[in-house]
Amino acid sequence: MRRSDPQFNQFNKLHHFLSIDGLDKATLTHILDTAEGFTSVNDKSIKNVPLLRGKTVANLFFENSTRTRTAFELAAKRLSADILNIDLVSSSTKKGESLLDTLRVLESLQSDMFVVRHSDSGAADFIARHVAPTINVINGGDGQHAHPTQAMLDMFTIRRHKGAFEDLTVVIIGDIKHSRVARSGIAALVTLGAKEVRVAGPQTLMPADVESLGVSVYRDIDKALIDADVVMGLRLQNERMTSATIPSTGEFFKTYGLTPERMRLAKPDAILMHPGPTNRGVEIEASVADGEQSVILQQVTYGIAVRMAVMSIIMGHGEEVREAEMNQA
Amino acid sequence: MTQFSSNDVTGWLNNMQEQLQSLTVADDPFFMIGIRTGGVDVGRHLHSALDLQEPLGQLNISFYRDDFSKMGLHPVVGPSQVPVSVEGRHIVLVDDVLSSGRTVRAAMNEIFDFGRPSRITLAVLVQRTGHELPIRADVVGHSIDVPDSDHVSLHAQSMTVSVGRKAK
Repeated sequence: MRRSDPQFNQFNKLHHFLSIDGLDKATLTHILDTAEGFTSVNDKSIKNVPLLRGKTVANLFFENSTRTRTAFELAAKRLSADILNIDLVSSSTKKGESLLDTLRVLESLQSDMFVVRHSDSGAADFIARHVAPTINVINGGDGQHAHPTQAMLDMFTIRRHKGAFEDLTVVIIGDIKHSRVARSGIAALVTLGAKEVRVAGPQTLMPADVESLGVSVYRDIDKALIDADVVMGLRLQNERMTSATIPSTGEFFKTYGLTPERMRLAKPDAILMHPGPTNRGVEIEASVADGEQSVILQQVTYGIAVRMAVMSIIMGHGEEVREAEMNQA
Repeated sequence: MTQFSSNDVTGWLNNMQEQLQSLTVADDPFFMIGIRTGGVDVGRHLHSALDLQEPLGQLNISFYRDDFSKMGLHPVVGPSQVPVSVEGRHIVLVDDVLSSGRTVRAAMNEIFDFGRPSRITLAVLVQRTGHELPIRADVVGHSIDVPDSDHVSLHAQSMTVSVGRKAK
């Protein structure tokens, strides 16, 4: 099974990080444990570690995202790598250069890793299949498909605040259909053995195959919230909606918005998460986003350590691949 | 395979304790830091025997190793914990076995990212042959002359030391 999975190299080591699908519990736990080690770099007066000194990481952003790009940039810098930020939204791809031509040019710039953000599902996968074998690829979000580093930072946040996944009921609320964060989050929660994963939202914002993901589906958000340990809000993704799937944002807030009253249905010590940016008054009330149960800002902080972990795990096998290449040549 | 008993190891720890006591200055107490995991095990014994007031610092040097591009990331053994400022302090750096010296180099690099100590003293339970860097310990529990192919390891639970062929 793993042989055809582009995430693993010929030595069965994690070489790209494209999706949570296909990764087992041990791999996800290894990422979380490694990230735990990186949290202590913030205690030092010099916050860098020399692990990726001399390596070059290229942020290839075919879709705008200040947060994710900044988080990857800071993670790479903390690892002492050089980082290139390449804004492809307004670049040569618009001039008719094909994606593969762009890749060849970037390879010639001697990059060791690509972080890819793209509005098309499967873009990171495509790039991983076509890059030189020594280059590592991280999916920084592709269309409606996956956002695996966001899922891992969410898992890290949950584990830090709540401990073992086996005891937890997690509710994901809102626009599940257009959300790669939800898809990757569900996959990670199921793999890590969460007791129950519930999703709640209007039917028009539910993927058709949602039950097959291993979740319980709720139309009524109030029922879904009862006794939850973790509440994950999602951004209403107006830019990915092709037709009117909800009557209005005001209507959505009335039926699915996270209010202080609704939060009281969850366990008293439940945590509230959101991948950001939050649409206040649309999917979440400001007092909830800024409230005591909110760990939204911690999620951002943990995102650095988690991305450092992923980068250093997949970049750790370069020599092996290079040697195998030399032997073949 | 040579095995050293916990009695042997206790004797080595006593040697280290005596040498460290002679280093103790009332108005400039040292701050002890162990390298995870073996150095922390040795450090714990010394820390309690010397009745040090400050907590034992712990370094995880996985992110400072010089063999990352060859070996990848080593198993991560918990975060570094340096709860006291190292700036201007005398640091006693503790490890279980000094062989190539690469671990100590990585640990010193990490310590300097926390601050600039006034002095670093290296204390090891076992100093073996096989140095690859100009690094030697100041405080030594026991010295062993062994072939490069042999591996010296501390078993923390039983506090015994074995010397033998490297496990493949």
